[in-house]
Amino acid sequence: MGRFRRFYGEHPLHLLALLGCFALAGAAVLALVPDPSAVTILIWFAAAVIGHDLVLYPLYALADRSLVLTRWVRRRVSSRAVLVPATNHVRLPAIGAALVGLIWLPTISGNGAPVLFFAAGLPPTVDYVSRWLLLTAALFLASAVVYAVRLGRAAVRERSSRP
Amino acid sequence: MTAVEPTDRPGPGTGTDAEGDAADGSGNRHYGFPAPLFRALGRIPVPPPADPRTWRSPLRGRWLTSVLGLVLLVGLPVVILTGLLSYIAYGPQFGQAIPGDVGYLRLPPFDWPTSPSWLYRLTQGLHVGLGLVLVPVILTKLWSVVPKLFAWPPVRSLAQLLERISLLALVGGILFELVTGIMNIQYDYSFGFDFYTAHYWGAWVFIAGFLAHVAIKLPTMVRALRTGAPGRWLHDTTAETVPEPPDDEPGHSLVAVSPSPPTMSRRTLIGAVAGGSALVGVLTIGTTVDALRPLAFLSPRGRSYGTGPSDFQVNRTAFAAGVGPGIGDGYALALRGGPAGEVRLDRAALGALPQHTATLPIACVEGWSVTRTWTGVRLRDLAALAGVPAPATAFVQSLERAGPFARVTLQGNQVLDPDALLALRVGEDAGAMADLSLDHGFPARVIVPALPGVHNTKWVGAIDFRSA
Repeated sequence: MGRFRRFYGEHPLHLLALLGCFALAGAAVLALVPDPSAVTILIWFAAAVIGHDLVLYPLYALADRSLVLTRWVRRRVSSRAVLVPATNHVRLPAIGAALVGLIWLPTISGNGAPVLFFAAGLPPTVDYVSRWLLLTAALFLASAVVYAVRLGRAAVRERSSRP
Repeated sequence: MTAVEPTDRPGPGTGTDAEGDAADGSGNRHYGFPAPLFRALGRIPVPPPADPRTWRSPLRGRWLTSVLGLVLLVGLPVVILTGLLSYIAYGPQFGQAIPGDVGYLRLPPFDWPTSPSWLYRLTQGLHVGLGLVLVPVILTKLWSVVPKLFAWPPVRSLAQLLERISLLALVGGILFELVTGIMNIQYDYSFGFDFYTAHYWGAWVFIAGFLAHVAIKLPTMVRALRTGAPGRWLHDTTAETVPEPPDDEPGHSLVAVSPSPPTMSRRTLIGAVAGGSALVGVLTIGTTVDALRPLAFLSPRGRSYGTGPSDFQVNRTAFAAGVGPGIGDGYALALRGGPAGEVRLDRAALGALPQHTATLPIACVEGWSVTRTWTGVRLRDLAALAGVPAPATAFVQSLERAGPFARVTLQGNQVLDPDALLALRVGEDAGAMADLSLDHGFPARVIVPALPGVHNTKWVGAIDFRSA
């Protein structure tokens, strides 16, 4: 057992679980292979991983880093203490809007509109971009209201704590 | 903590000498066969993002990942099972589930029940609705473990190599399922392949990755959640937020080696994920609760078809089906399978038969559902009329010429259920009734409790009752 662990790096059951995984996934892939669009499906499978790990993730991480950088700059240029940090009041509505925009992208972008019109009889008369922008505005507004309330309460607290 | 591994000090010229050897000595047990290869790889100085100092969030760590993992451990099996149940609901025994031949990669087959009538509405609503609601959790879970993707050396043992390959099935599987599922419910078919086939086999690849991942990581998750008091990291404010103690996976640790000052607390992060899920839920619930339909203002199925009894979703218009407004002229339903041969009934004859009213949901594979009151002739009455009072199956044909759902085979229990109808009229709950509109299947359509929406054949032209 010790020798197996040194060689393989984990308990034999670890290997068993992974062999089971490869057998099952392999069976699914083999069943798919005769399908004429198998290659397209595999390309989309790979694209889903690459699209998330190497495109979407770096994009949102960089966007977020710029927000943190703003916070850093604010603390350098002004010596006034930050009563309530605003970072999350920008970050959270932005994430919410991005999430909704991502999930409903086929509708917002109009990509699904032609098939929807044909199959379901719903004409492309709805301006989904405006709806999404309105939702985004609502999220930021709600965040701003919460921020204003927190700021007000912090100001009151600060004033009352002064001698 | 930072000097355990040579990768923590990738400075040029240093690191490979005294310091590097010391690090190798302490970290040697983490290398499996062939250790010299992995060790040599580990000595190569790497730029970001392979440099562990790239990852700065003080929130990452096993506890956070385990909390998200626990949510997915509860939620994803529901999504998986309801998806596999949907396959059964389509009737694979009649070759009408897609893909057709799946070998053993399906649930044990059984006759899909007709009771409760909201069964398919529940299972498919959960499959689509819960799948969407879990998107923020899945994305956050991936964010929480992203340092492992770029860890250097990429593997330290054969075990880790195999495990990382299996993660392709897990992560690729879930992302592929989300992308295809989300595009399908919004009628975006730019992927160009058959959705059912791809979503089904993609699901099994994901299931494979998911089962192995749970088997391997469950003990880690339980240990991480049990460490200290439950929820010990939840009470910290942003100012009190510090990284979790380093875990025992040098080089592949989730905990930042050089963390930034915290900008949010763990409870804010978890609250934000819950808020994101709630937001998605609010924007989705209207596709299945008719009174809340305006909330689904971003979904195609949040739209209205005007007012009155015909205001519910159409999956396939008469135009798309090639059915013209003149279909009612000279219409006669053919009932076949009986000893006396074909029985033909025009619409007046159908209306003169005993009428039955049932309030039943119609639920689509895309997740939307709606309850309506339907009036028409019981399918079992039609079977008796055809001379086959106890049919084993019924083969229903639409007047629609082509199309994958122009015909369907119903199980015996689906024909004999007292609420299974050939509907002629439809109405809102306790509202006015009207003849079916052309888009909803005039002159007559099937409505069977708990049957997937698309199998409730519209524009029915013939029903063939079969004894065995």
